[in-house]
Amino acid sequence: MTDSEAPTVLQARGLTKLYGHVVALNDCDFDLRAGEILAVIGDNGAGKSTLIKTLTGAIVPDAGTISLNGEPVHFHSPLDARRAGIETVYQELGVAPALDITQNLFLGREQRRKGVLGTVFRKLDKPAMRHQSAQQMADLGIHIQSIRQRVENLSGGQRQAVAVARVAAWARSVVIMDEPTAALGVRETNQVLRLIEKVRDNGLPVVLISHNMPNVFQVADRIHIHRLGRRIAVVEPASTSMEEAVALMTGAKSPEALLMSAEPASTDPAGTDPAHVVGDGSDHNFAPKGVS
Amino acid sequence: MTQVQLRESDAAALELGVDRGGFLRSFATNQIVGPLGALLLAILIFSVTTSTFFNTANLSLIAQQSVVIGTLALGETLIVLTAGIDLANGALMVLGAVVIGKYAVNGNPVVALLLGVVVCAALGALNGWLIAWFSLPPFIVTLGALSAISAASRLYTSSQSYPINSSFLTVLNQGPTIGGVTITYGVLLWIALTAVFAYALTQTSWGVRVYAVGDNPRAAQLTGIKVKRVLFGVYVIGAVIYAVGAWQALGRTPTADPSGYSTANLDSITAVVIGGTSLFGGRGGVVGTLIGALIVTVLQNGLTQAGIDSLYQQVATGVLVVLAVAVDHIIRTRQTR
Repeated sequence: MTDSEAPTVLQARGLTKLYGHVVALNDCDFDLRAGEILAVIGDNGAGKSTLIKTLTGAIVPDAGTISLNGEPVHFHSPLDARRAGIETVYQELGVAPALDITQNLFLGREQRRKGVLGTVFRKLDKPAMRHQSAQQMADLGIHIQSIRQRVENLSGGQRQAVAVARVAAWARSVVIMDEPTAALGVRETNQVLRLIEKVRDNGLPVVLISHNMPNVFQVADRIHIHRLGRRIAVVEPASTSMEEAVALMTGAKSPEALLMSAEPASTDPAGTDPAHVVGDGSDHNFAPKGVS
Repeated sequence: MTQVQLRESDAAALELGVDRGGFLRSFATNQIVGPLGALLLAILIFSVTTSTFFNTANLSLIAQQSVVIGTLALGETLIVLTAGIDLANGALMVLGAVVIGKYAVNGNPVVALLLGVVVCAALGALNGWLIAWFSLPPFIVTLGALSAISAASRLYTSSQSYPINSSFLTVLNQGPTIGGVTITYGVLLWIALTAVFAYALTQTSWGVRVYAVGDNPRAAQLTGIKVKRVLFGVYVIGAVIYAVGAWQALGRTPTADPSGYSTANLDSITAVVIGGTSLFGGRGGVVGTLIGALIVTVLQNGLTQAGIDSLYQQVATGVLVVLAVAVDHIIRTRQTR
């Protein structure tokens, strides 16, 4: 999916954030390429949520630069990031249960009728919004009965699917998903993972923050490993095992040591690393590239 | 599982999905059906059990008896939809009425009415400011406001009533008589205001945002809705509607009495709840509230016609409120699981 020639969409260099004496981000780099799912993993307290909040504008870093499609950007609020085309899905609280699917997809961005009805009477263009919502749900292959269903009548997976669909509908550059499957069961998690792949395949790069290693290895094209406030390695699921990734994440293994052990993998990855997990039923066909 | 790209026709099916369920199902899930059924049932029972209930004069009277509480309940509904509550609405209305009444003794009645609107709006804005920007619980803020505003009304008037002589200020009790039935301008204004807010809540983005803020304020915030502004807005708009309630009250009883309408806040909240609006926010609407206000009045009027002690009327209203909240709770827990 990813190739190293793909342009970098979202890039950060030297991000630093201090809370008193606590270093939340320590000269952290970040790269998201076009057309990929980049997973961000890290132990609790490693600073990955600070990193994500910096990228989504919720936190302003003390130092460092962020650029979007090659242009430097300065986010002072989540609204700035959203205006730049970066949308975020949260673990929960993303949807309003008493509202229907269309209302949720268009929440905060409602469309009005054309002409006097819209300008004077502020009338919503419900037919147009329903039409676009139905198209969006169909494009993402989300199975629901009707676009007019209240979200509370949907399963947990379907609700999260609505949240993903909204974000995918409005994001122009990047979709960030913060633990989107943490509250879901196995089957529903798989639905949402497929949806994440669909979002990527429809052209939006995705940043996926997750604690769930099998999920990460199932869908990620590359994995950003975060430790002690910085990126210590970027690995590819095709050439790295889950154990190695966890070892890097927890500090049990240094990136240099992994590089050495991964060296033969670049010649014959499948043979030397039978334990690597790509995810069952996945249609991925990773080109082994070793540690980048 | 195979993920096949759905075609246009599938999207169209999704769009029309609810229509396959049919008109009946969408009607049955409509929140107005319960209150409407209760209203018709109450009317039916009183029509059968008493001889004086079901005639055009009494039904017209019921509508007139409903307007003050109904107008207060209309404003209250906007606030309850955001998961808030306003215990001070009756007190605000009374303050508005005495401001109007005192000014109108020597002043222009139209200016008096505008003054009442401004005073109510200002105090509603104060409530909304405290609730939205300081995240204070609406219950506490408006409980404090209830106490302070009630006292302010008495202080402002030295606990004295002002008779209203202006025909403009009592015009809402007038109205055309059609076939022996008087339909007052007050009733028409109540219905018109309800229609305006029914439109605003269901057909404009402001309405969607009011529901969203009441339903899930965090989600609303994350989608970029200015939650504080929406909250502030409903308390101000609610207060302006209470001022209209003051005008209605001066028509019903042409005296600006600082000690009147002391139970109007609970009566109006009763109408809101019976009308199907959830105290947890995000569900309900103003048409239900109109029906709710009529139910409260029909019960009081009908039990009076049946010669039953007025204390039992209060018992009946109390039972109805608890029943309505219980139904709301059951619906919510069943749907949210």
